[in-house]
Amino acid sequence: MPRSLSLTGRILTRLWLPVVLAAAWWVSSAGSTSLYFPPLSKILAAVWTQWAAGPARAQLASSLEHLVTGYALACLLGVGFGALLWSLRHVRDATSPYVYFLYVLPAPVLVPAAMTLFGLGFSMKVVLIAFAAMWPVLLNTLDGMRGVDPVALDTARALGVPPARRVLSVVLRAASPQIAAGLRNSLQVAIILMVVSEWVASTDGIGYYIVNSQESFDYTGMWSGIIVLAIIGTVANLAFVAAENRILHWHYGARAVEGAR
Amino acid sequence: MTPVVELSKVRKVYPGPGASGGHVALEDVTFEVARGEFVCVVGPSGAGKSTLLRCLTGLAAPTSGEARFGGEALRSVPAAVGVVFQDYGRSLYPWLTVSRNIELPLKVRGVPRAERSGRTADVLASVGLADAGRKYPWQLSGGMQQRVAIARALVYRPDLLVMDEPFASVDAQTRFGLEDLVLRVRAEFGVTVVFVTHDIDEAVYLADRVVVLSRPPGTVSEVVDISLPGPRDQIATKRMEEFARHREHLLGLVMTR
Ligand SMILES: Nc1ncnc2c1ncn2[C@@H]1O[C@H](COP(=O)(O)OP(=O)(O)OP(=O)(O)O)[C@@H](O)[C@H]1O
Ligand SMILES: [Mg+2]
Repeated sequence: MPRSLSLTGRILTRLWLPVVLAAAWWVSSAGSTSLYFPPLSKILAAVWTQWAAGPARAQLASSLEHLVTGYALACLLGVGFGALLWSLRHVRDATSPYVYFLYVLPAPVLVPAAMTLFGLGFSMKVVLIAFAAMWPVLLNTLDGMRGVDPVALDTARALGVPPARRVLSVVLRAASPQIAAGLRNSLQVAIILMVVSEWVASTDGIGYYIVNSQESFDYTGMWSGIIVLAIIGTVANLAFVAAENRILHWHYGARAVEGAR
Repeated sequence: MTPVVELSKVRKVYPGPGASGGHVALEDVTFEVARGEFVCVVGPSGAGKSTLLRCLTGLAAPTSGEARFGGEALRSVPAAVGVVFQDYGRSLYPWLTVSRNIELPLKVRGVPRAERSGRTADVLASVGLADAGRKYPWQLSGGMQQRVAIARALVYRPDLLVMDEPFASVDAQTRFGLEDLVLRVRAEFGVTVVFVTHDIDEAVYLADRVVVLSRPPGTVSEVVDISLPGPRDQIATKRMEEFARHREHLLGLVMTR
């Protein structure tokens, strides 16, 4: 990203394409009488009346509850187990084939199993999200920790940093750029699993609302749900990027210097 | 005088293929360093100098033989040892500011916050970086980073300072400045120093004694007492006849073996 660009310039470069696409959608759907493709103006109105001010707010709230709880659990479990596997080399060697086996398993196929085990309620969705979203964090944590420079570790030992603290404030910290990449992957997985679990087996949530609207021929409602999902994904991603820029500023700074040398 | 550190019949083999069960990095290395002494270790690349330092500081265990610090066998790095690594750039933590890098060893030793910042500021001033505390290591030049690494190893006032080719990648002018800095902090803190270098001139200039390692597998081929008067001076000392004599002798040792 060229530094010379002003802030407004940068915002414009980012925004022109979505704005053009939205405008195209707006214009081309303006006079639409098709049941399946209602005008964008109607959809946006529904986003407002249904989601922002109307009855669908409860669905939004329960979806966010599933997502936040499940994702938070996934992050904790992923980093925790990743760090644990890193410190126990023998366990790691013994478990790594199974870890990859679980990783490549498409998580949505676990929905029936989760339903059997946990019913249809809150815990089923949270467990499902946490379980599926844990793997990218776990594998990235493990990988990042493995890649830690041995000099950084020797330094910690030479400075007298005790073992537990070496893991927390040196190894995990050094691996944090890669862990962040894992957390971001996991966020996408978590959103997918949130929707899928609400689709298949639920009486609440955005996924439920979308399917329910479609089944009752309310296509405007269906589209509004999709838009709300897109907004959630975008906001979550922006928040993520902002947090990353703050917490990992040292990483980007060091990398920029390295690149310039 | 009682030795601060001693290596007796240290042999270090890195596991791998080969007749002797791997790669022999050190073979039967014995020497000791007395309190307050400045000992330089010279030897060709791959002679096992870094390996020797790892054994000397307790970062690595010898395959056989023993390394002792203060009379006790080394198991980990003692709290009274400071280490400056060959890769100083990689040994400073990029996520911590210069001040926080230097404070880290104080923090793990439970030094209270107010004293930490006071000592950090002092040591930064004594390496000539009084204003760099808030910067990040990667915002500094190589020579400045090296001084931060030295400051970090000095801030907890170790009895023994171990440095692995600390000035190998800085320019000559900076290097002379840093050499004098090390001599000065040695006098100021009364610290014992073991200093690895490639550079014979540097070894003669700094050391009370020079340990010469042979070609690999490294073993001590000679220990040379340097009889130069102190305090040393970059121009006057290096002009002395004594200096030239030691230099020639050591060059001969390093070239032929
Ligand atoms: N962790 C290791 N595993 C296997 N072999 C190693 C390891 N560390 C060093 N060696 C080998 O041991 C020998 C001595 O290495 P060492 O780094 O101690 O040499 P050195 O004298 O410090 O070299 P230089 O002057 O290049 O720094 C080399 O042949 C090196 O390849
Ligand atoms: Mg070396």
